[in-house]
Amino acid sequence: MLGVLKRPIVVTADINLNVVALTGVGLLSRLWQLSYPRAVVFDEVYYGQYISFYMKRIFFLDDSGPPFGHMLLALGGYLGGFDGNFLWNRIGAEYSSNVPVWSLRLLPALAGALSVPMAYQIVSELHFSHSAAMGAALLMLIENALITQSRLMLLESLLIFFNLLAVLSYLKFFNSQKHSPFSLHWWSWLMLTGVACSCAVGIKYMGVFTYLLVLGVAAFHAWHLIGDQTLSNGRVFSHLLARAVALLGVPVILYLLLFYVHLMLLYRSGPHDQIMSSAFQASLEGGLARITQGQPLEVAFGSQVTLRSVFGKPLPCWLHSHQSTYPMIYDNGRGSSHQQQVTCYPFKDVNNWWIVKDPGRHQLVVNSPLRPVRHGDVVQLVHGMTARLLNTHDVAAPLSPHAQEVSCYIDYNISMPAQNLWRLDIVNRESDRDVWKTILSEVRFVHVNTSAVLKLSGAHLPDWGFRQLEIVGEKLSRGHHGSMVWNVEEHRYGKSQEQRERELELHSPTEVDISRNLSFMARFSELQWRMLTLRTEDSEHRYSSTPLQWVTLDTSIAYWLHPKTSAQIHLLGNVVIWASASLATAAYTLLFFWYLLRRRRNVCDLPEDAWQHWALAGALCIGGWALNYLPFFLMEKTLFLYHYLPALTFQILLLPMVLQHVSDYLCRSQLQRSLLSALVIAWFSTACHVSNMLRPLTYGDRPLSPSELQALRWKDSWDILIRKH
Amino acid sequence: MLCASCRLLVARAATTLPAPPRGRGPALRYQRRELHFPGHPEPPSSDSSVGRLTRQSVPLGRRVILRRGRMPPAVGGGLAGSELRSRRGRCGSQAARVVGRDVAAEAAARSPKRPVRSSRRFEAAGRWALLALVTLVSFATRFHGLDQPAHVCWDETHFGKMGSYYINRTFFFDVHPPLGKMLIGLAGYLSGYDGTFLFQKPGDKYEHHRYMGMRGFCAFLGSWLIPFAYLTVLDLSKSFPAALLTAALLTFDTGCLTLSQYILLDPILMFFIMAAMLSMVKYNSCADRPFSAPWWSWLSLTGISLAGALGVKFVGLFIILQVGLNTISDLWHLFGDLSLSLVTVGKHLTARILCLIVLPLVLYVAIFAVHITVLNKSGPGDGFFSSAFQARLSGNNLYNASIPEHLAYGSVVTVKNLRMAIGYLHSHRHLYPEGVGARQQQVTTYLHKDYNNLWIIKKHNTNSDPLDPSFPVEFVRHGDIIRLEHKETSRNLHSHYHEAPLTRKHYQVTGYGINGTGDSNDFWRIEVVNRKFGNRIKVLRSRIRLIHLVTGCVLGSSGKVLPKWGWEQLEVTCTPYLKDTLSSIWNVEDHINPKLPNISLDVLQPSFPEILLESHMVMIRGNNGLKPKDNEFTSKPWHWPINYQGLRFSGANDTDFRVYLLGNPVVWWLNLVSIALYLLSGSIAAIAMQRGAQLPAEVEGLTKILLRGGGQLLLGWVLHYFPFFLMGRILYFHHYFPAMLFSSMLTGVLWDTLLRLCAWGLASSSLARGVHALGILSLLLGTAYSFYLFHPLAYGMVGPLAQDPESPMAGLRWLESWDF
Repeated sequence: MLGVLKRPIVVTADINLNVVALTGVGLLSRLWQLSYPRAVVFDEVYYGQYISFYMKRIFFLDDSGPPFGHMLLALGGYLGGFDGNFLWNRIGAEYSSNVPVWSLRLLPALAGALSVPMAYQIVSELHFSHSAAMGAALLMLIENALITQSRLMLLESLLIFFNLLAVLSYLKFFNSQKHSPFSLHWWSWLMLTGVACSCAVGIKYMGVFTYLLVLGVAAFHAWHLIGDQTLSNGRVFSHLLARAVALLGVPVILYLLLFYVHLMLLYRSGPHDQIMSSAFQASLEGGLARITQGQPLEVAFGSQVTLRSVFGKPLPCWLHSHQSTYPMIYDNGRGSSHQQQVTCYPFKDVNNWWIVKDPGRHQLVVNSPLRPVRHGDVVQLVHGMTARLLNTHDVAAPLSPHAQEVSCYIDYNISMPAQNLWRLDIVNRESDRDVWKTILSEVRFVHVNTSAVLKLSGAHLPDWGFRQLEIVGEKLSRGHHGSMVWNVEEHRYGKSQEQRERELELHSPTEVDISRNLSFMARFSELQWRMLTLRTEDSEHRYSSTPLQWVTLDTSIAYWLHPKTSAQIHLLGNVVIWASASLATAAYTLLFFWYLLRRRRNVCDLPEDAWQHWALAGALCIGGWALNYLPFFLMEKTLFLYHYLPALTFQILLLPMVLQHVSDYLCRSQLQRSLLSALVIAWFSTACHVSNMLRPLTYGDRPLSPSELQALRWKDSWDILIRKH
Repeated sequence: MLCASCRLLVARAATTLPAPPRGRGPALRYQRRELHFPGHPEPPSSDSSVGRLTRQSVPLGRRVILRRGRMPPAVGGGLAGSELRSRRGRCGSQAARVVGRDVAAEAAARSPKRPVRSSRRFEAAGRWALLALVTLVSFATRFHGLDQPAHVCWDETHFGKMGSYYINRTFFFDVHPPLGKMLIGLAGYLSGYDGTFLFQKPGDKYEHHRYMGMRGFCAFLGSWLIPFAYLTVLDLSKSFPAALLTAALLTFDTGCLTLSQYILLDPILMFFIMAAMLSMVKYNSCADRPFSAPWWSWLSLTGISLAGALGVKFVGLFIILQVGLNTISDLWHLFGDLSLSLVTVGKHLTARILCLIVLPLVLYVAIFAVHITVLNKSGPGDGFFSSAFQARLSGNNLYNASIPEHLAYGSVVTVKNLRMAIGYLHSHRHLYPEGVGARQQQVTTYLHKDYNNLWIIKKHNTNSDPLDPSFPVEFVRHGDIIRLEHKETSRNLHSHYHEAPLTRKHYQVTGYGINGTGDSNDFWRIEVVNRKFGNRIKVLRSRIRLIHLVTGCVLGSSGKVLPKWGWEQLEVTCTPYLKDTLSSIWNVEDHINPKLPNISLDVLQPSFPEILLESHMVMIRGNNGLKPKDNEFTSKPWHWPINYQGLRFSGANDTDFRVYLLGNPVVWWLNLVSIALYLLSGSIAAIAMQRGAQLPAEVEGLTKILLRGGGQLLLGWVLHYFPFFLMGRILYFHHYFPAMLFSSMLTGVLWDTLLRLCAWGLASSSLARGVHALGILSLLLGTAYSFYLFHPLAYGMVGPLAQDPESPMAGLRWLESWDF
């Protein structure tokens, strides 16, 4: 007790002033005049919409990536007190006074600024010198494309931040592996690796590439650990378990948590509802929930229902019929039954209502006691407005001649008898006695006479069918396919026996009231699945580019142009840095293979630990670059220059390490070393100069004259906007 | 891992070997030797102790079977020098301890007390008999009922037709390289088929046409798959039961059987893939006798098979990749073997470059040379190729062409893009849809010859008919301002400041105006790029550019496929960037002008490399163009290994003769389980070795077989399966079959090894012997019985569909997605 008093309380702070200084200039470069321009810049128009949706708690679906990035941007809006009232309709629109531009752009800018000291840390954790580390950080600092991208409401800088964080924390963890495994330090870096990985994946699917990189390096190290025979089996097992938990378990849980928060936040129905299933829609406040609230759950004989196609491709639609009949003869000369058309209609309509009828009775109302329809029951479907029965027969369908035509039967007194019995097949049943449930049950209708299945063919009918979607009876049941499955969306028990009353009843809204809940996992899996499978129309963009153009910087993107002057923001990289980073990559690869081949012949040019560091640096940087770049060659979506930035950061990290290596191991004399230093300094000043020249396009703060702009157009393919006065 | 294990082995070898021939035996030499367990005529005497130990435990009968694992003496025999032989000797002891009981038993059998010579002859006879039996059964199953059904089945309609084209020497276009179809054509020709059958659609009756030659040829190649697989597994595992199991799995697989019985490319493709795999494995096992005759022959056979595989379908690239990886790792080991001089390593490298790169390339090019020489008549594929290419084809209107030489006003022409596989400038009565630039008539490029490709060259300022005989002929010259009027719709080629439909940076090109009257946006300046023929525009020879007068952009095609509204033709744009790329250069192909005399002119004859390059460009473009249509039910790669859904080869209704391509579910699901089991047991084994666990010699031998032999096969499966997930083109179930072959071989190796491990684990009990034999036997019988159940799928069935309890297949529709 007294001992404590005897000795003074000492706090030893170990502050690397380099890091502090780098953070300072990083913040300065990214935060300077952050709220300028006070107008929508490029993709802000896109992300802004989602921020507004978050502010208003309206459900949306963005297939471009998981929602963490959107949530972070929205957090900025929340902190700035944004109410979500802004119409994000065009690039260049002035922000109204209620939009807190500064705080909306703050988080990406902070992420961009912190990437600078992180580059320093990564290089020093890779056991390279402080000057190399400083070099990497400075290159990050002056890289124009990174500055532009992080000063706006965009996701790349957040992604790059978490990528670098994942790599850095893995390196810290790995370096503490030797002397202090299972210490607090060790655990926290390991966990942080997992967290950073899942954040990166949560921002954009692209983050998966860095996650794979970290996993790959970790697996390699773990494999060596297994081979380390100084460790006991138990020790090895606990090492592996810790890694599995932190690098596999934690990211999965966090990813789920992310979606949980996302779905908690967005509880109101919105414009993207239609894409989701009825059950999902019913779980949102407003929208379908308002209609379906309180619907009776079990479908009974006499129920009035609308039937929605579960597949929903090419459009979500409902089984529909109307007075018009199929044309007697089609354009191609084939004949039809000339009976009433049955189609799938993508809008809510009174003609979407059908009545479930017991073939044995004439009644179209629900009796008491209720007789629920079960799996395997034979039913007839009566079209509510025309009172005709759903029918199929051996006549070729209008657009899919291999399948049967589906019609509402009209008795023409011809030799075509009614074939209107359908057996109900509940696809997602738990037992064979399951009751047909509203929204929850997914059902198929199997025709009793021909065993054809009611199916949405997906083709659009011509003008005679009002461009609605074709419905056919698929005779050769090709397994389970979503296009054959239907669910009841709206449902009520029919009360009126008379046709006229019934029509009135159909026109009136449903009234009874109960709510229905979907579990989180069901909602998550549906949302995730839709995000992955949704195909938005791929339109080519004016500034889109191909991956090959990125390395040579043969493309640019105009982000914003001042409404009056020629001040503009243009995504352009620092040419010197891009070129030298690519050269460094090539040089590294050549050197690496040269050393590798010579080592194989037992010629060791490098000491063992230098070789280890050299190889690890390459694995992380070249691996990071390749993983973040090469997959784009296989992608079919529209690509932009900014997709290359994560790969570029890895290249930039490698560049000073290669230079240091050349100076340490390839320069034989002091003279050569000094010469190299001089060259490096000259090269770096050029990079700074170029960065400064491009600065007006990076910040957009200074209008340039047409001749100045023309002078900056170093490549023909750069689309720098020049106003013609 | 490799290093750790080999270090272990060196240690052991050093302690057990009485006198290693050279003091400092480098570790890697051992490691490499061991990979292949080569056979040895004279094992060193130190092994006899091992032999004696195990002799009692191996019953006589089994020994005979086991000893068949050795290489035939011809292959194992020594062309190698003395240095090598001594090393082989060392390696022999190593192999014996690795393979454990088998080779030990062999050694025992070879000990001086045994009548060596007669037993060896007996053993060789047995080995050949077993191989002959496997081959015979394979041939019998493939040729049984080959003539049924006597109508066109499934893709026979394509490949049969293409075979006929070769016989008729008619030029056609297909997305696959030509070898497979050439062989089919050859088989048809040799068997007396005259090429007159039309192969119009599946279901057409062959009647009197001789189709059996072509089917027989495919079945013949398909039958070899099984002996090849048998030998490959035998070489990788040194175990007859494993090889037999593999052979049974493949023989009794209804899918392989069905696919081998029709005129398709798949049996040919799989033949070459398996041949390449077999020769690669064989050449690996002669690695201890480099540059010997068998080594050279297996190496060059590998190369030949690779050329064959690639010559049939581009899927052959996967087996090339596999052989490539194997070669790289092989060279890596040789390079690390410090006892080999760099010159020797260089020789190894050169040999591989010669046999695995140069030889296949030469053969592949030769295939194309034959293809192009044989097909010398004009046919349905002409339009896909450049004007110069077409001039080679007799019957084409450019062959010995007789057309007016210079373009004049009033000429009716077709204009072809110089970039490969873009096609003719085309327009039709359909408009661009709403939201895609101006709603005017579409202008596209189109690969087929068509009336809508015709354009009339007119003066920009007059609309009078230049063909009026009262006007003098006026030639079009470089730099003239012209108008191009579409002949069928009388609209002018037009461009304006609207975005092009797909390439947004370019301007839209449309058809505009009524009966030739439009506006100033219809004017184009015609420029000749190669003006050495003078200022006039020469048909075929002149390379022209069309510059839009108002905007200054140049007419080109982006090569992108328009969506459905554009009939999947290619986009035409006007490029504001005046780069000299081929896609904005055109030539005039057809030329009609009654006022000019037709003269015959020699057209540029393309050189062979140009033809080769052009064919490939066209094929790749065609392959990329095979996109699934909207709403079409397509087969997904994940369906395949679970045998989710088959392909209907013939017939759909009760009364038809139905053939349904579906794997034997027992075999396929066994394969699926085996892959999972393999991954599990493989990783356990690998981790155990990495941990440096001291395994008993026998277990260690089996583990090595599992990891190395099984690893090769797993790699084959992965390479032939996973790339399909990345492919954008339309996929079919039958694409999985090459992967399925590898997976079946893996199953054979896996179960044999696992059962042996089980038997070893139970060594104390009396069951030990039986477990292995019983296990293999029950697997064999199970497969055979499942084949008995499912054989109607392949051999054809008539009668009610499987849902019907009356059907012969009733109760066998285990998955609802199977429709037979």
